[in-house]
Amino acid sequence: MIEQLLTKAVLVGILTSGIRLATPYLYAAIGETFSQRSGVLNLGVEGQMLLGAFAAFYVSLTTGNLWLGMLAAIVTGLVMGLAMAFVSITLQAKQGISGIGFYLFGLGLSDLLFQKLMGTVETVSGFRPIYIPGLSDIPIIGEIFFNQNILVYGAYFLIFVAWFILNKTTLGLKIKAVGESPQAADSLGVSVSKVRYFTVTLGGVMSAIAGASLSIALLNVFQQNMTSGLGFIAVALVYFGGWRPWKVMIGALLFSMVNSLQLWVQVLNIPIPSDFAVMMPYVLTIFVLTVTVQRVRPPSALTKPFERGH
Amino acid sequence: MKKRLQSQSVSKLVDALLPIFATLAALAIGALMLIILGANPFEAYGALIEGAFGSGNALADTIVKATPLLLVGLGICISFRGNVINIGGEGQMIVGALAATALGLAFPEWPGLLLVPLAMLAGFLGGAIWGGIPGALKAYFNVNEILSTIMMNAIAVQLMNFMLKGPMMDPVQASKASRIPQTARLAKAFDLPRLIPTRLHLGTVIAVVLAILVYILLWRTTTGYRIRAVGQNPHASRYAGIDVKRQIVLALFLSGAFAGLAGAIQVFGVNHRMITDGSATGFTGSAGFNGIVAALFGQLHPLGTIPAAFLFGALLVGANKLQRAVQVPSALITVLNGLVVVFVVSSEIWRRHREQKRLTDAMMEQGEGKPPPGIKETAEAEAEP
Repeated sequence: MIEQLLTKAVLVGILTSGIRLATPYLYAAIGETFSQRSGVLNLGVEGQMLLGAFAAFYVSLTTGNLWLGMLAAIVTGLVMGLAMAFVSITLQAKQGISGIGFYLFGLGLSDLLFQKLMGTVETVSGFRPIYIPGLSDIPIIGEIFFNQNILVYGAYFLIFVAWFILNKTTLGLKIKAVGESPQAADSLGVSVSKVRYFTVTLGGVMSAIAGASLSIALLNVFQQNMTSGLGFIAVALVYFGGWRPWKVMIGALLFSMVNSLQLWVQVLNIPIPSDFAVMMPYVLTIFVLTVTVQRVRPPSALTKPFERGH
Repeated sequence: MKKRLQSQSVSKLVDALLPIFATLAALAIGALMLIILGANPFEAYGALIEGAFGSGNALADTIVKATPLLLVGLGICISFRGNVINIGGEGQMIVGALAATALGLAFPEWPGLLLVPLAMLAGFLGGAIWGGIPGALKAYFNVNEILSTIMMNAIAVQLMNFMLKGPMMDPVQASKASRIPQTARLAKAFDLPRLIPTRLHLGTVIAVVLAILVYILLWRTTTGYRIRAVGQNPHASRYAGIDVKRQIVLALFLSGAFAGLAGAIQVFGVNHRMITDGSATGFTGSAGFNGIVAALFGQLHPLGTIPAAFLFGALLVGANKLQRAVQVPSALITVLNGLVVVFVVSSEIWRRHREQKRLTDAMMEQGEGKPPPGIKETAEAEAEP
């Protein structure tokens, strides 16, 4: 059974889909990294993803324009992100719990709209792989890395952008300061709530794009609860990656590779019960969190609302 | 002085009513959504109320639906009071139900009077273990419990699918092509007794009794005191000699146990077999999540969770009638539940501000050489909202 997995075609297949399947995790986890770095835990990622996935799919389906679909997802994410920001920053609500509220809201609303506006599962023809002259023709490497659609490339480019912003710009410095020591940042004239509003809203937009990447680039369908926990895993990846974009990417890749392996195990009819195969990524997440989390320290002000003079 | 006490009792009343305001706000947004979807909100909510309370059977169904919410909610009261966030109710329900059902299937000949209590215990322990693992991981390895409980949910679903399509599968289903993941029907002797000729069963009584016991546990025993102390201030608790790690494990262990019991009661009281559509909700009906909503609505008080669970049971039962009456999918109820959670946690800010004001008032009075009546009251208010 191991030999079946070790053929060149299967290995390339596993790696190719592994690279691709990391996309939604990357968008959502990078958005979450920004918001956690500034001290806000957004647990509503899953709900924001579902609404983003629906908005992108529905608009693409009705207008036939994928970019309009993307725009719809971004606007949805913006609204949801602002709502999350208002509740956790201005109203200082407990972040873990309000996030669950936003999750239920997004889960219900995307289901409701799906049933009311579509009723049946439909498909769109989503973003297609982009052929890059030269690169796409390299044997094996080209097939794995350079035969993907625009949202996949975007996700990996985003890792670089996130690293750059967090480490090489004043904005990044402000975000980190607000997450580590809001009092000190405040006394230096940085507006804690402005920075947090920015990061949490950005997180909402990223989550919605993550959802869109599922519904109009990877799977090209919308179904009720189609994310099935993916958004929560993205949050776990942020912890796993120790709040650093590159490590978050490694976590996302590890996770999606295991997922991809699991899919191939099922495709090849290897006699492992599929239920256990599906279970693997989750067991792996818990295991990895157990061995890594202790070594990194979360942002000091994570989940702590900020109030002047306290 | 008298006036101040009066204004205090008024603000206490407002505190108690905050969840009601939050729900009304959620219902108002729900009404707006109904209008956008082209439905008459009065007709819709009318149908919802009729569906939930319109007849004896409807009322019984509401109570039956409220029972797992109450049980899960009791567990949530314990863990959230200990400042441990348990999102794993779904998985804990599933594992508890699996343990209880396995016992029932293994010994169909045993007398009900012996097996049913043992099955309930198995459910309790199954859920406890499923909650205890994230508890231990949090206490000893610093693993965020929100994430680990969510992962444990996903693992439990696959475990359930494997068991119900494999070792525990209904022999009838196994021989058919449909292969619905379900177990055989449990022996009739194991059905939880019906209370009156409706679907109402003994499980509800168990849940209400447990609500009282959880209240006693949390506010009348040292165990409960320790859990709450760690929840309010782990550092101070450590200095006071409390084993903080142990309380964290215990809080999640107990929290999971109640969810596991909810799963066992769901099987023995309602379905009489374990059945799913392959998803967690297929078995739990999302009680693992909705129980959180109920507990928050009940202000994390076991006795407050009783009416809260009833209310959300009514929403769930009434949703079907609403769907038929105005053709709006029952998913609307999930939206409303989400909004209630958001509004309830958001409204906490008013309570906190008032508490702070009470404290400063009390301190000012103390400065004038008067006894500080506010301080003790505030401490109590925090412990028993």
